[in-house]
Amino acid sequence: MNFQEITSLIVARFPELAIDADTKNPQPVLIVPKENIAEVCQFLHEDNRLFFDFLACITAIDNGPGLATMEVIYNMTSIPYQTDFTIKSVFPRNNPEGDLPVVPTVSHIWRTAEWHEREAYDLMGIYFEGHPDLRRILLPEDWEGHPLRKDYQARERYHGIYVRYEDGGPGQELVGPDHTL
Amino acid sequence: MSERAKTGDGGIILTNAEDLMNWARLSSLWPMGFGLACCAIEMMAAYASNYDLERFGIMPRPSPRQSDVMIVAGTVTFKMADRIRRLYEQMPEPRYVISMGSCSNCGGPYWEHGYHVVKGVDRIIPVDIYVPGCPPRPEALIGGFMKLQEKIRNTKEVAPALFLEMEAAEMVTA
Repeated sequence: MNFQEITSLIVARFPELAIDADTKNPQPVLIVPKENIAEVCQFLHEDNRLFFDFLACITAIDNGPGLATMEVIYNMTSIPYQTDFTIKSVFPRNNPEGDLPVVPTVSHIWRTAEWHEREAYDLMGIYFEGHPDLRRILLPEDWEGHPLRKDYQARERYHGIYVRYEDGGPGQELVGPDHTL
Repeated sequence: MSERAKTGDGGIILTNAEDLMNWARLSSLWPMGFGLACCAIEMMAAYASNYDLERFGIMPRPSPRQSDVMIVAGTVTFKMADRIRRLYEQMPEPRYVISMGSCSNCGGPYWEHGYHVVKGVDRIIPVDIYVPGCPPRPEALIGGFMKLQEKIRNTKEVAPALFLEMEAAEMVTA
């Protein structure tokens, strides 16, 4: 089954959905509004003609403060039909209140999404609504900010250690009260 | 131990307690068995049979309490920095640190954009020997150990500072 056939199945199932197909590149992408990500994924996962049982990756992209958009990209594979499919969603970087953008979770469809979503939350600051345990996965718990965002500013110190190469030298933190655990 | 002719006769060796202590220390440097990144692969290669660090009396220990030397083999992230500091504090003295590879020497390739990397492990614990390379070959790590042995050989840890001062004063008056 090719990209057009899968897309037409989705259109037949969700006729009112504002979807868009990007077929310029070798890997065609279906662009879905972020609110509908979970239901489209549920359909792709459950329908017997599709059966996308393997979520290979969730990628998050920050397009920077200029465009002020972010993207999440879902690469999935149907192992029985040996087909790949990619959907993505583009949405504003922040809500008007300045909070993190909210995307519905797909972790109840594919367990593997649990850690992928935690990673996207950790590094990009995307909040996955309905995720069972949305904590940082790579950075320490007490880290501030989401460092793969384009406008991330490194902090001056972390636990008393200078972050920038230019600041401080060997042994600078061996004294001082700040480095106790 | 100081240079002496080896005749193979056996018999008596004359030395002093300081040299004997240093010799014992430098001949059984037990590193803490841990690695952080790709440098650890080279470190493991150095432990294994081709390079065989055991012939220098170097064998990894599973606990900081039994270790004499910490090989910081790899990228030190801020998340790991607290752990490394604690492990270092748990090692009994005298303790030594070998910083292995560019990352732990100075941040390496992460020096500019590494928001998560400590720019040199010497910012959190004192380092005795820096081994350059990315990653250093096992030969380079062995070279680092020999430098450390040289450093230990030349230490005067047994003599109290007061004794050294008195000795120096005597030499001035004599």
